[in-house]
Amino acid sequence: MPSSPANNPSSWFGRLLALPNDSPLKAIFVTLAVCFVASILVAGSAVLLKPLQEANKERERLARIDEIAALLPGVEKALEIEESIRVEARVVDLATGRYVPSIDPANFDQRSAAKDPSLSVPIPPERDLAQIGRRANFAVVYLVLEQERLRAVIIPVRGRGFGSMLHGYLGLSGDLRTAIGLSFYQHGETPGLGALIDDPEWRSMWQGKRVWAGAGDPGIGVAEGPVEPDSPEAEYLVEGLTGATWTSRGVTNLLRFWLGSDGFGPFLRNIPERRG
Amino acid sequence: MESPAARAFFNPLVNDNPITLQILGLCSALAVTKTLATALIMSLAVMAVITVSNTVISRIRRHMPRNVRLIIQITIIASLVIVVDQLLKAYAYELSRQLSVFVGLIVTNCIIMGRAEAFAMKNDVRLSFLDGLGNALGYSWILILVGAVRELFGSGTLLGVEILPTISAGGWYHPAALMLLPPSAFFLIGFLIWGLRSWKSEQVEQQEFTTLPTGQSERAS
Repeated sequence: MPSSPANNPSSWFGRLLALPNDSPLKAIFVTLAVCFVASILVAGSAVLLKPLQEANKERERLARIDEIAALLPGVEKALEIEESIRVEARVVDLATGRYVPSIDPANFDQRSAAKDPSLSVPIPPERDLAQIGRRANFAVVYLVLEQERLRAVIIPVRGRGFGSMLHGYLGLSGDLRTAIGLSFYQHGETPGLGALIDDPEWRSMWQGKRVWAGAGDPGIGVAEGPVEPDSPEAEYLVEGLTGATWTSRGVTNLLRFWLGSDGFGPFLRNIPERRG
Repeated sequence: MESPAARAFFNPLVNDNPITLQILGLCSALAVTKTLATALIMSLAVMAVITVSNTVISRIRRHMPRNVRLIIQITIIASLVIVVDQLLKAYAYELSRQLSVFVGLIVTNCIIMGRAEAFAMKNDVRLSFLDGLGNALGYSWILILVGAVRELFGSGTLLGVEILPTISAGGWYHPAALMLLPPSAFFLIGFLIWGLRSWKSEQVEQQEFTTLPTGQSERAS
């Protein structure tokens, strides 16, 4: 073996390495040394790569908004060629349902606002269908406008699924009666089961579902099991995901919460653009 | 006579292939081979982890305390997997979303732990590196083959490029939906093992027991 500090018995390091492998002192030293190097590696990569990962997540989030807007009939092409259709971001005060022009939607971070006690309210457990604990006072919504006519409203939704928080967007048609799409940009559901909320075929089922059951109560959701196409519930419900009952329930609950009076209910009742 | 280096590298490709002979790493082979792109990325990830872990473990093998060696191996492997996962999330975000937990599950991939314990603990750094690379390639070519077949016949594309125009896109090819489901990978790997063992009959395992003809029974004690 070539001579190196490790083989030099006079240094403490060399003496430690010269100990028999089964000595407890050496076992502890080797374990700690490996853990130390490994933790630097892991922490270093996590910290150094974070900006890139955050940028990716943000791109994914914005892509989902475009994706829902593109589900509108005739919009997909129009977004590319016509300038008459545009997507506008607005900050909404959820309690009053009014716009907050003083906050720039580009700088408003809803996630950190939901954690900040001064910018959020606790939701009592009995009303907390989505199991989010706290809800930010403000939210960024996206309006799809053609000339000045409201074609669609895209609202952020989140809630607990089976093992993770689901973060996504719900698109409503301009008259707010039917859904145009539901898309989750971040979740940690089980691959092959709950993660099928990403499945394009399942996502396409949301298009055209009626949102409201009667007077202002959200009726849209996921059925437990299959839905007969002719049955009355097919107007509101999409088919449940097999083997993902909790994820399916979570999706229903988060939709009911965010469309209800603790969510976007007040806003959806009096969107100013709707009159135009 | 092959040199030890050549044997360490070439043996795992066919003769001692981790998937077809040792039947290890099947979980990920079923889960990530729906498309060629995910199979390729998974192969690269496993290759990075197994070569580095084999090299590092071989380098410190003389100082490995025997009673906690598995814990130390897992620490090294798990750290490497996290780094690879972070890199994928930063540079291949869309693919890492499709691979989801299966990158993290490389930690539990038996091939990596198996090579660390069976080879890197006993051999020098150069041989361990070659053994890791060979095993990764042996794993990769099967993943890539299965991924290519499943994507081609299941979606009519390869790496997202249309090869067989499907009926739904106005072409003539009726996609085999089974290919999009994980069991199809079981069938494909099964056929592959059958083929390999017909070609190299020394890979056929000895029967562990023989079935008695009907009607006879071994007298119970």
